[in-house]
Amino acid sequence: MKTLKDAKCGDTVTVIRVKGEGQLKRRFMDMGITKGCSIFVRKLAPLGDPIEITVRGYELSLRKADAESIEIQ
Amino acid sequence: MVIRLALAGNPNCGKTTLFNNLTGASQHTGNWPGVTVEKKEGKLRGNKDVIITDLPGIYSLSPYSPEEVVARDYLIKDRPEIIVNVVDSTNLDRNLYLTTQLLETGIPVVVALNMIDVVEKNGDKIDSKKLSEILGCGVVEISALKKKGMDELISTAINTAKIKQAPVIKEIFSNKTEKFILEISSVLKGKVEDCLLRWYSIKLLENDEKAAEELRLNSQEKSIISETVQRFESEFDDDGESIVTNERYNHIASVVKETSKKAKKEKLNTSDKIDRIVTNRILALPIFACVMIAVYYISISTVGGWMTDWVNDTLFAETLIPGAESWLQSVGAADWLNSFIVNGVINGVGAVLGFLPQMIVLFILLAILEDCGYMARIAFIMDRIFRKFGLSGKSFIPIMIGTGCGVPGIMASCTIEQECDRKITAMTTTFIPCSAKIPIIALIAGALFGGSVWIAVSAYFLGVIAIIMSGIILKKMNRFSGTPAPFVVELPPYHLPGLKTVAFSTGGRAWAFVKKAGTVIFVACALIWFLSSYNWALQPVGIEDSILESIGSAICGIFAPLGWGDWQATVATITGFIAKENVLGTFGTLFGLSEVSDGGEEIWSFVAASFTQLSAYSFLVFNLLCAPCFAAIGAMRRELGNKGCLFAVAYQMVFAYAVALCVYQFGMLFMGGGFTAYTLLAVIALAGIIFFLVRPDKMLKRKKVEVSAT
Repeated sequence: MKTLKDAKCGDTVTVIRVKGEGQLKRRFMDMGITKGCSIFVRKLAPLGDPIEITVRGYELSLRKADAESIEIQ
Repeated sequence: MVIRLALAGNPNCGKTTLFNNLTGASQHTGNWPGVTVEKKEGKLRGNKDVIITDLPGIYSLSPYSPEEVVARDYLIKDRPEIIVNVVDSTNLDRNLYLTTQLLETGIPVVVALNMIDVVEKNGDKIDSKKLSEILGCGVVEISALKKKGMDELISTAINTAKIKQAPVIKEIFSNKTEKFILEISSVLKGKVEDCLLRWYSIKLLENDEKAAEELRLNSQEKSIISETVQRFESEFDDDGESIVTNERYNHIASVVKETSKKAKKEKLNTSDKIDRIVTNRILALPIFACVMIAVYYISISTVGGWMTDWVNDTLFAETLIPGAESWLQSVGAADWLNSFIVNGVINGVGAVLGFLPQMIVLFILLAILEDCGYMARIAFIMDRIFRKFGLSGKSFIPIMIGTGCGVPGIMASCTIEQECDRKITAMTTTFIPCSAKIPIIALIAGALFGGSVWIAVSAYFLGVIAIIMSGIILKKMNRFSGTPAPFVVELPPYHLPGLKTVAFSTGGRAWAFVKKAGTVIFVACALIWFLSSYNWALQPVGIEDSILESIGSAICGIFAPLGWGDWQATVATITGFIAKENVLGTFGTLFGLSEVSDGGEEIWSFVAASFTQLSAYSFLVFNLLCAPCFAAIGAMRRELGNKGCLFAVAYQMVFAYAVALCVYQFGMLFMGGGFTAYTLLAVIALAGIIFFLVRPDKMLKRKKVEVSAT
């Protein structure tokens, strides 16, 4: 299954589901990363991690390790 | 009638600006009970019956982060008369997500559509009347920055509060979900107030453990509810929390579609253009370095430094102290009283106020960086390096400022949101040698190492290693191991910093320093002054006959394993707590000299005679790593609270002792000193450090279990 970690800069992807549980999962969903929403992968930090994405019209940064729990297509 | 008005909204929605507009100078800052989340309160300008509480900036009322829990507890338990929900109109989707949750609390809500001027400027349109109908609460268009719509907002809020107009309950979820909410409501009916029925029903459907605890249901009710939730989850083939969140956002998407029209969007707005350069893969680090150098240069090297030097050297040393001395003599005050007022009181006050100008300059710069949006980018740029040893990307600033002075360094840690990262940063910042420790380094290097630059280099290296090691050690301790906040951070659009926001932020932080830190600094400095100026018969004497000398003689044995167990070195270390550069002056006095220059050249021969190279280096290590000066301890108290501050000081002392012990004893062993009982002690200390470094992280383990379970 493809995750957000595998997406490349400039890709626009659709969220299939957010895996995991607890605070991280809830935080992702609270920030608007929910089933079916589209995410634009904007850029990588200068040191290669975290990544910056556009979701629901605003900029969000998250770590690659955490991005792994967001399944996309 | 007193109206309690709660301001709620996302971070970066302009809530603080609105709060400053509404309250003016009447605001005061404290902490929410039990947590170190800042609590700001103030009275409405021109109407003292309205008390405004600024809730922490939050994205949701989930039960996880301390900010969210504080806000939620306040709304559910204290039930303010009215919530003013500040919404960033340029980002309706995410902001209305919190709104839907606030409406469920049953408390009257007025939505303030902030930054409406920006929306208009972009050519977008929001139908606020329609929005009000759909949400079931009042909606007022405002611009906090331009002070537009303030009166209308206030009158709407006060009227809504007076007639106790709770929001109209709107069924925002799908029919299926609403059916399950009703099912749970029927179980809870009578257990909770009617106005909270929907709130708790939804929370239980979300598997919210905190809400379930508050309800104290009996086992029969619990089993009915868990059966309902199970049916709910299997019907949607997802967990309750996800279903509710998804449907909330679906509802909002339709609300936004109905009420707002976006003009054709340009591909890149100004903020995007700035960000393209500022967080560019190649340019980001050089730009970051320039910004950091500028902050350091302005706050420590130039403007801030000059002002602090002026307060210390001109205002206090040349004007106030001689002035007070001669005035006291002229009115015929006794010598002891004169000495007490001048050396005890005025010096103590000077120790507090001396740091203030520098601190204000730093706080202004930090507030500008925060308000314009760059601070969030610092976390973005530096995260990769700092998270390795358990710190935030924002920890860079405190440590950098700490090379100049630990006091503003510690205070700069207040920009870190995650509580645990903030505390560890505040505790470790002073490991990096500050400018006041440089004279000690120069003394040891000059007196025993022929002025070798490697001593200074090793001191900075030691500081960095100590920070990394402590980050790893402390992160695993129970008191810091609460689930770390995930790094999922909004990067807000850049905008020009507001003068008022910067001024209020600076003023609040400076005042907090004076209040919290000032008392500790003042009392401790006065106490050490007293101990070093009197003997046990309370007669004024020189430091070599003082109470401090006898204390030093009594406890100096503790430092024997470190290689410098004489009372002079011990007393010098103690006076170093007033200010680290005092170590030199004290050596000077104890060796019978009146003036000692910055490098301490006059006392080199004395120091060289009473230390070996190894014991001098161990002395240096201890003095670099042990608890900082009282001013910095005071600053730590401000950031960590009383208990946390004591823990920090104890940790620093033990850590410094262990490292200096290892340095000296292994050095002795290496030079053929033989294996003694002290060497064994050093082996134990080393084993202890290694144990704390490599022991498994309980939280991490738990997290891994959770992940593998899903």
